[in-house]
Amino acid sequence: MSRVTPGSVMSRALLHLIIVLLCLVWLLPTLGLLVSSFRPAHAVSSSGWWTVFATPFDLTQYTLDNYRHVLFQDGMARAFLNSLIITVPSTALPVLVAALAAFAFAWLRFPGREVLLLVVVGLLVVPLQTTFIPILRLYSQWGAVGTFAGLWLAHTGYGLPFAIYLLRNFFAALPRDLFESAYIDGASPWTAFWRLALPMSTPALASLVIFQFLWVWNDLLVALIYAGGTQEVAPLTVRLSTLVGSYGQEWHVLTAAAFVTMFVPLVVFFALQRYFVRGILAGAVKG
Amino acid sequence: MRGEKPWAALFVGPAVLLVSFYLVLPTLHTVYLSFFDRNSRNFVGLDNYRYLFTNASVQAAFRNNLLWLVVFTAGTVLLGLLLAVLLDRVRYEAVAKSIIFLPMAISFAGAGVIWRFMYAYRPEGAAQIGLLNQLVVALGGSPRAWLIEQPWVNNLALIGAGVWIWTGFCLVILSAAYKGIPRDMLEAARVDGANELQVFRHISLPQLYPTLAVVTTTMIINVMKVFDIVYVMTNGQFGTEVLANRMYKEMFQFRHFGRASAVAVVLLAVATVVMVINIRRFREEEGR
Repeated sequence: MSRVTPGSVMSRALLHLIIVLLCLVWLLPTLGLLVSSFRPAHAVSSSGWWTVFATPFDLTQYTLDNYRHVLFQDGMARAFLNSLIITVPSTALPVLVAALAAFAFAWLRFPGREVLLLVVVGLLVVPLQTTFIPILRLYSQWGAVGTFAGLWLAHTGYGLPFAIYLLRNFFAALPRDLFESAYIDGASPWTAFWRLALPMSTPALASLVIFQFLWVWNDLLVALIYAGGTQEVAPLTVRLSTLVGSYGQEWHVLTAAAFVTMFVPLVVFFALQRYFVRGILAGAVKG
Repeated sequence: MRGEKPWAALFVGPAVLLVSFYLVLPTLHTVYLSFFDRNSRNFVGLDNYRYLFTNASVQAAFRNNLLWLVVFTAGTVLLGLLLAVLLDRVRYEAVAKSIIFLPMAISFAGAGVIWRFMYAYRPEGAAQIGLLNQLVVALGGSPRAWLIEQPWVNNLALIGAGVWIWTGFCLVILSAAYKGIPRDMLEAARVDGANELQVFRHISLPQLYPTLAVVTTTMIINVMKVFDIVYVMTNGQFGTEVLANRMYKEMFQFRHFGRASAVAVVLLAVATVVMVINIRRFREEEGR
C-alpha cells in the first residue's frame, strides 16, 4: 500500500471514484426531497429540482408555502404533536421495564431464569404481524383502539425483547464484586439497581433510548393497526401515507410533508449518531 | 443473597406480563385462529393455508417476497461488505459512513416518498422531475414508469429503495468486524506477495463469515416483513404485493381473519426456520 506506482495511483483514483459515486447515490435522493420542499408548486411540477443549482443563491426561487400548507391545512402539525405524545412514553416505559427485568436476569437468582431468558431472546424474531389480530380484537372490546395508552402499551410490549436482551448483556458485564460489596453493606437489590446498575449503564441506556425513540417515531405499521384510522391520534408516518394517497403526484406537498416526518430523526441522528451505531452493534438481531 | 425471589418477581413481573400479553399469547392465538373461518367461528382445518398456496394473487405475493429475499439480501449484504472494505482505505471514512447510514434514521414511509419522487415519471418530451428519468433521458434513453412496469422493473425499483435504506446497517456491522481482523495478518499476507484481492478472499473473508451470517440472517428476517415501503410507494398495485401487505389487506379490506392469521403464521415460520439454522450453525462454530 505504501509504494507509489502508476498502478496504485490508478487504483486509488478508482477507489475514490467508486466511493464518491455511491455516496452521491445515497445523498442525492434526500437532497432532492429537501430542495423540492422549498420550491413553489408550479416550479416543482414543471422542472427538476436540480435546476435550482443553476442559480443556487437566487432566494426568490424558494418558499415556505409548502410547509405552511402541510402543517396547518393537511394536519401535519397535529400529527407532529401526536408523534411526540406517542413516542416519549413509548420510549421511557419499555426502557424502564426492560432495565428492571434485565437486572434480574443478570444478577438475581430465581427459578425459571434461564428458560425465561431463552423465551425473551426467541421473541426477538417473532414478526409483529402474528400478534395484531388477537390484540386488535381485545382493544376493540375494551375501547382501546385509537387511544394513546393503547399505543404506548403496545410499543412497550413489542420493544421489550430487544431492550431486555441489550441491557442484560450490558448489566452482566458489570463487575461482580461491586454488587457483592453493596449487599454486604446492607443494600437491597432495589438500591443496587438504582444506585449502581443504572448509573453505570448510561452508555447502554442512551443507545437503547435513541433506538427505541427512532423505532417508535418511524413506525407506520403498529400505528396503522391500533390508531384506528382517525386523525386524533395518528402519528406523522400515518398522516404522510394518507397524504401520498390523496395527493399522489403533487410533489411540493409530499416532499414538505416527508421532510416534516424526517426532521426529528435527522436531528437525533446528527446529534447522537455514536450511540445509535453502538445500539445497532450491540443488538444486531432486532428486526 | 437471601430472599432474592420476591425481589426477582418485582423486577421481572412487569416485563413478563407485558411480553405475555403482547407477544406470547397473541402469537399462540393467531396460530389457532388460522384454522378458523373469516369471523373465527367455524373450524375450517387447513382451508386458509390451501387458499394461500393456490390463490393466484397470494402466489404473486409469495413470488415477490422471494424476489425481495434474494435481491434485497444480496444487495444490502454485498454493498455493505464492499463499502466496509473500501471505506477502510480512505481518510473520509467517517463522513462517508454517516452518509450511507443516514437512511436508517428516517422512517421507511419517508424513504418511500423520497424514492417515489426519484422514480417520478413524465411522458417523453416533457421536462422530467424525477432524477432517475432525467439521467435516462440525458443518456439518450426514453423515460420509464419505474413503479408501473411489471413484473421486474417495479419490483426491483421497490427493492432498490429497500437496499438504499438498509445498506448502512450492514455496513456498520461489517465494518466493525472488518476492523477487528488483526492488521498484521493482512500485512503478513501482503509481504508474502498476495495482492489485495487474494488477501481479501483468503484472509479477510473467512474472518468475516460469522458476522456475514448474522447480518444475512437479520436481513432475511427483515425482508420477510417488508411492508412500509410497498404500502407507501405502490400499495401493492401493479403486481408488487408482498405477504405483509397481503395480510393487512386480508385484515382491513377483505375482513378475513382466518386468512390474515395464516399469512402471519407463514411469516413466523420463515423467521423461526432462519433463526434455528443460524443458532445451530453458531453452536457448531462455538463447539469447534
